[in-house]
Amino acid sequence: MALLQIAEPGEAPPRKPQRLAVGIDLGTTNSLVATIRNGIPVVLPDEEGRPLLPSIVRYGAERVDVGYAAEAAQSHDPQNTIVSVKRLMGRGLADLSDARRFPYRFIDAPGMVQIQTRAGVKTPVEISSEILKALRVRAEHTLDGELAGAVVTVPAYFDDSQRQATKDAARLAGLNVLRLLNEPTAAAIAYGLDNGSEGLYAVYDLGGGTFDLSILKLSRGVFEVLATAGDTALGGDDFDHRIYCWVLETSGVGPLSPGDTRLLMMKAREAKENLTIHASAPVVATLSSGDQIDVALTANTFASITQTLIGKTLGPVKKALRDAKLAPSDIKGVVMVGGATRMPQIQKAVAEFFGQPPLNNLNPDQVVALGAAIQANVLAGNRAKGEDWLLLDVIPLSLGLETMGGLTEKIIPRNATIPIARAQEFTTFKDGQTAMAIHVVQGERERVADCRSLARFELRGIPPMVAGAARIQVTFQVDADGLLSVSAREQTTGVEAAITVKPSYGLSDADVARMLEESYAHAADDMTARALAEAQVEAERVAAATASALAVDGELLALQERVAIDRALAEVRRLIPGSDRRALHAAVEALNRATQDFAARRMNRSVAQALTGRSVDALN
Amino acid sequence: MIDFSQDHFALFGLMPRYRLDHGRLDAAYRRLQSEVHPDRHASAAEAERRLALQSSARVNEAYRALKNPVDRAQYLLSLNGIDALSETDTALPEEFLEHQLTRREAVSDAVDKGDSEALVRLHSEAQAEMRELDSVLESELDKAHELRAASTTVRKFKFLSKLAADIESAIADLEG
Repeated sequence: MALLQIAEPGEAPPRKPQRLAVGIDLGTTNSLVATIRNGIPVVLPDEEGRPLLPSIVRYGAERVDVGYAAEAAQSHDPQNTIVSVKRLMGRGLADLSDARRFPYRFIDAPGMVQIQTRAGVKTPVEISSEILKALRVRAEHTLDGELAGAVVTVPAYFDDSQRQATKDAARLAGLNVLRLLNEPTAAAIAYGLDNGSEGLYAVYDLGGGTFDLSILKLSRGVFEVLATAGDTALGGDDFDHRIYCWVLETSGVGPLSPGDTRLLMMKAREAKENLTIHASAPVVATLSSGDQIDVALTANTFASITQTLIGKTLGPVKKALRDAKLAPSDIKGVVMVGGATRMPQIQKAVAEFFGQPPLNNLNPDQVVALGAAIQANVLAGNRAKGEDWLLLDVIPLSLGLETMGGLTEKIIPRNATIPIARAQEFTTFKDGQTAMAIHVVQGERERVADCRSLARFELRGIPPMVAGAARIQVTFQVDADGLLSVSAREQTTGVEAAITVKPSYGLSDADVARMLEESYAHAADDMTARALAEAQVEAERVAAATASALAVDGELLALQERVAIDRALAEVRRLIPGSDRRALHAAVEALNRATQDFAARRMNRSVAQALTGRSVDALN
Repeated sequence: MIDFSQDHFALFGLMPRYRLDHGRLDAAYRRLQSEVHPDRHASAAEAERRLALQSSARVNEAYRALKNPVDRAQYLLSLNGIDALSETDTALPEEFLEHQLTRREAVSDAVDKGDSEALVRLHSEAQAEMRELDSVLESELDKAHELRAASTTVRKFKFLSKLAADIESAIADLEG
């Protein structure tokens, strides 16, 4: 117990004690907590001196086990022992392309998938909070006091739903979240401050289940992230899975029980770790059926069966360089982060790509937590003299709105420095429209259906006006945690609606990175689709306007004229659902020509009516 | 905190001119962020943290607008009451448009053929033209004060930078 200090009356109070702050790396495979002690960042180990906490939660009959205790149970109680929960954060069942890989009893729920366990239905947020709670308890026990706050790290490529889920989990664990910090940026802080480096750096961060690549400019105490890219469903787990598949193929064993699957996945991971220093690794296991597995995996075979995965990490590397308008040779150093970067074939691929050996002088398992601890200490108000460095991070994916025709209007582009606020004006599409549905999306694709849906809300109470007269300003604000809030306001009347974006039901796309990849692959398709959608919207607008004009002023037309317009209108309506943009465009043009005289006559009539003093209301 | 009524140039202590000293802009940006960034106010009261968020967002937005030449020119014109990119005023000289249409066709031809060399050539052409427009803008905005003419130049510039960006993504697409 810490003793309370009491000042003598009339005397100056004792020097303000340091506020306890920690950095937490909530990883797919392992999690860590670190703090600053005597000015030095250190990882806090458990009572047995182990720095890592396996990110595994077991729901037992009477209690919840976290870490090593849970790990020991995973092959005999796989359905209640949850590993790699980070891969489920902010994800719906439909988003999980690899759902079958997990032995859990999934429940499809709006927003985020849930898991049926012995202790009831659990969300990924609740499961993650058990891990965070264990780390909080460890820190409070070691530091002997309550925590003032924590910095929790997230993959840079996490989208808004995944970030929000992480923050919710931390709150649920009783932590005061000082900041969500991007993992590669945290690593850069630990690395950069340690080495006093200046220049352009790349951080290659391959964790258990996520991959990030960030490019930073370090100069005079400013860490400026220039670009970030990644894949939130690619990590060391996938390399284990490749070994697992190879073992199944080589040994020819049939379908496995969930327990055997988990057992073999553990053996695969051991083999992977073995191959970091050895040329060959044995995989030996006895299955529940009694069948024996005994095979040897060589480093060469391992490299060849994981070549595709390594290639998948180089895509985001190239993209981030392009976004930052840099060449590989501009990079002064490549920092390796995450246990998975220990694999020799990864070290080799990165060295080849950048033309220099990567930097490995900090422990890749710990560097993220250490950087988070440094940031937490500063944010908690323990900034020491001379510690005036500043961190400028970016948002990984573009944020936008759905507009007519299912198209995305980007409001904030990817790699914009946060915090940021950006407003854009929209207007109504129909006469007398009193409500507007606002659909917030995140992603790079042109079509809303290909982006991640973040939230939907409605602005109501817009006074009836003619189409296009209302001025609706939609403001996007992204805070320093990378979290979005959106508000909408009708400018002429001040009608307002606001939300903080909470994950809404996700779409079928399995992960954000694939969406981005596809946005490049389908750039040409997108342009065509966009042009067609725009033409359809225009055609609908013209058709609706013509129909309403005919209803009001149809008697201004001679029979022959009326027939011609009706025919042109029918042709437009016939072509709208089709995909022939040119034909549709031509039909709209024809309708415009057919109605030219009619429009002039209507105009004359309304001017004449205005002159005779009839009010606009009386016309309706 | 910062004065929200200031224009972007005044915010960074710069003269409202198209031609900028980017070194000074960068230095002023860092100075301002060092003061207003939410990380500097993380343990402050709610109201101060909110203000820090707004101020920092404003500084980021202003910096972005001044850093990019098209945005900067457009912003300078808007300070003079001209909306260079307003929907009702999108006219561009026919000659320019025809030239650009030909170019767009060349781009889609090169994409179809997978000819990345042609794309690189078209890209450097577009960039050369943008450099030219950059000096035109300097003389129109900073010297002659021909704002209407500058407005047309901004539209051309915007057109070209969109083209350049599209070529870049097409090249990236081909390279995989």
